[in-house]
Amino acid sequence: MATLEIKNLHVSVDTEDGAKEILRGVNLTINSGEVHAIMGPNGSGKSTLAYSIAGHPKYDVTEGEVLLDGQNVLELSVDERARAGLFLAMQYPVEVPGVSVANFLRTAKTAIDGEAPKLRTWIKDVNAALERVTLDPAFAQRSVNEGFSGGEKKRHEIAQLELLNPKFAVLDETDSGLDIDALKVVSDGVNRYSGQGDRGVLLITHYTRILRYIQPDFVHVFVAGRLAETGGRELADELEASGYDKYVKADAAAGAAGAAAGA
Amino acid sequence: MTATVNETAPVTEALELDHVESHLHPQPSYDVDTHPVPTGREEIWRFTPLKRLRGLLQGEPSDARLNWEQKLPEGVTLTEISTAEAQALAVSAPLDRLGALAAANAGGAVLLDVPSELVADEPIRLVLRGDSVDDVVWSHLVVRVGTHAKATVLIDHAGSATYDAFTQVVVADGAQLDLVTLNDWADDAVHAEQINIRVGRDATVRAFEFTLGGDLVRTSTNVDYAGPGGSADLYGVYFADAGQHIEHRLFADHTAPRTRSNVLYKGALQGQDAHTVWIGNVLIRKVAEAIETFEQNDNLVLTDGARADSVPNLEIETGDIAGAGHASTTGRFDDQHLFYLQSRGIAEDEARRLVVHGFFNDIIRRIGIPDVQERLVAAVEDELADV
Ligand SMILES: Nc1ncnc2c1ncn2[C@@H]1O[C@H](COP(=O)(O)OP(=O)(O)OP(=O)(O)O)[C@@H](O)[C@H]1O
Ligand SMILES: [Mg+2]
Repeated sequence: MATLEIKNLHVSVDTEDGAKEILRGVNLTINSGEVHAIMGPNGSGKSTLAYSIAGHPKYDVTEGEVLLDGQNVLELSVDERARAGLFLAMQYPVEVPGVSVANFLRTAKTAIDGEAPKLRTWIKDVNAALERVTLDPAFAQRSVNEGFSGGEKKRHEIAQLELLNPKFAVLDETDSGLDIDALKVVSDGVNRYSGQGDRGVLLITHYTRILRYIQPDFVHVFVAGRLAETGGRELADELEASGYDKYVKADAAAGAAGAAAGA
Repeated sequence: MTATVNETAPVTEALELDHVESHLHPQPSYDVDTHPVPTGREEIWRFTPLKRLRGLLQGEPSDARLNWEQKLPEGVTLTEISTAEAQALAVSAPLDRLGALAAANAGGAVLLDVPSELVADEPIRLVLRGDSVDDVVWSHLVVRVGTHAKATVLIDHAGSATYDAFTQVVVADGAQLDLVTLNDWADDAVHAEQINIRVGRDATVRAFEFTLGGDLVRTSTNVDYAGPGGSADLYGVYFADAGQHIEHRLFADHTAPRTRSNVLYKGALQGQDAHTVWIGNVLIRKVAEAIETFEQNDNLVLTDGARADSVPNLEIETGDIAGAGHASTTGRFDDQHLFYLQSRGIAEDEARRLVVHGFFNDIIRRIGIPDVQERLVAAVEDELADV
């Protein structure tokens, strides 16, 4: 069994007016076999959390740790984290002109496994993975994400998830911008991945819609850079009915009280 | 020979254009004296380190030649002609002093002739090799592609030389030409060349230029159109290392209506004082209605100390054009590209290599000669190994 522990994570970004703190002490433990959903309003810091776990250079961790089976991945480079078993499906997958999907996938697979995949089975595996997310195998010859529609980019992320099969996957709004058919295709992919039983999922989303297809074990409310509430599936239903208002207000009140107490 | 000269005569007449007051359009002339010795401050010379031209501009006569090897498909001929014959055949006279000197000093020209309607399945290969930088080599080459003929011409430069060439390419009506030039010189070579391409009515030209080696390479490619409907794609790839000066000057002179030009040059630079220059001039004349033009230059600066100059320039004299535009980018690696690849486990150096290959593959994949494609991919790999 594997664990991903996020402990008291504080993260800042550089702005014109100096460092701005976005994550203000995130604590979360994910065990393999679990699906955690994180829901929160725009700008609350969900992508910041995802990118910080993956190691994007823009984000500056000022405090805390992220432990993968006890090892602090914050000390690893981006590629080392991936090879240690982390995967990030990005909210906005990047276009890499001139690098074919086939070449990209083979290079990534070789890096993750430490050896080149067997040529004969690999091509079949790639085609099958693309077909499972309803991407034509011709996509393998195109440049990575270049000219892909929003939905095609998201499905391509899920194809990679299945081919690279990491220990933990962070999915940042993989459901946004998908029509209902694509949403089902993506959900099926995530379910096949988590259905292996020994993989962990951190599913970041705005909408409860995807939770009709993917059953989370835990639902977290994320507000102003930290977790405001944790519950089960029913928490998602409550959020759907009444929104984040209650949590946003509570956080603001706590902030004001803290400032008053400090004065 | 006389008969063929007459055959192209109407082309000359078709190009009687109004004189244009434009610095883009110096008066073409074979007379060396009409092109003054540059001081280095002139617009067309200001980027070139003149001292490193090793006296080419003084025009000292020389009989030295590069060593030529050729592979010609059946029907294609390579012959020597006089300078006068060359001038009659290919009507685009030199636009600068280096071009005029090459024509004046070469002591005649070499004519590569693809007869009308010949479709060459195999590429025409010319390998031009130098073995010393000591003697100046002057060269004058005329490439003629007859009406409705189709050919691929590879000019493969290698070795050491101090070399100045004037190359004229005449593509007759309805013909299709791929011209692939490799400047894969040894580190000490100096290479200056003016390539004047005349595109016939409804003819299609794709020119590829790859500059990898040499101490100084300065090429000027000038395209004009003998009639409506002509199309020219000018592609280039260059890779400059420490101390290298690589300069590519492009000029698309839209001299006829409904013509098309598309320029795409991509370069990478690494090392102290690696310097590249790309000049993209486009002139759309009054007669050139409904033309289309686009030019783009992208530079990838891999290390500190390297400099890429990129100057697009569009002059328009008609109100009626189908489309015109240009773009130029110069930058370092895109962090987002590297992050995406690394987030899939690919180590940073490998990720960089993929991005650079991707950058150049966009052009390399368009060349129709598989062994040249492979060679270029390997050459890029070699260059990157030195980073
Ligand atoms: N360079 C920056 N300068 C200033 N603020 C920044 C910068 N980068 C990010 N932020 C801010 O950090 C906050 C968190 O952004 P993040 O993308 O993590 O939010 P999110 O929860 O993923 O939002 P969404 O639901 O829209 O995807 C936002 O308020 C954003 O404006
Ligand atoms: Mg986000």
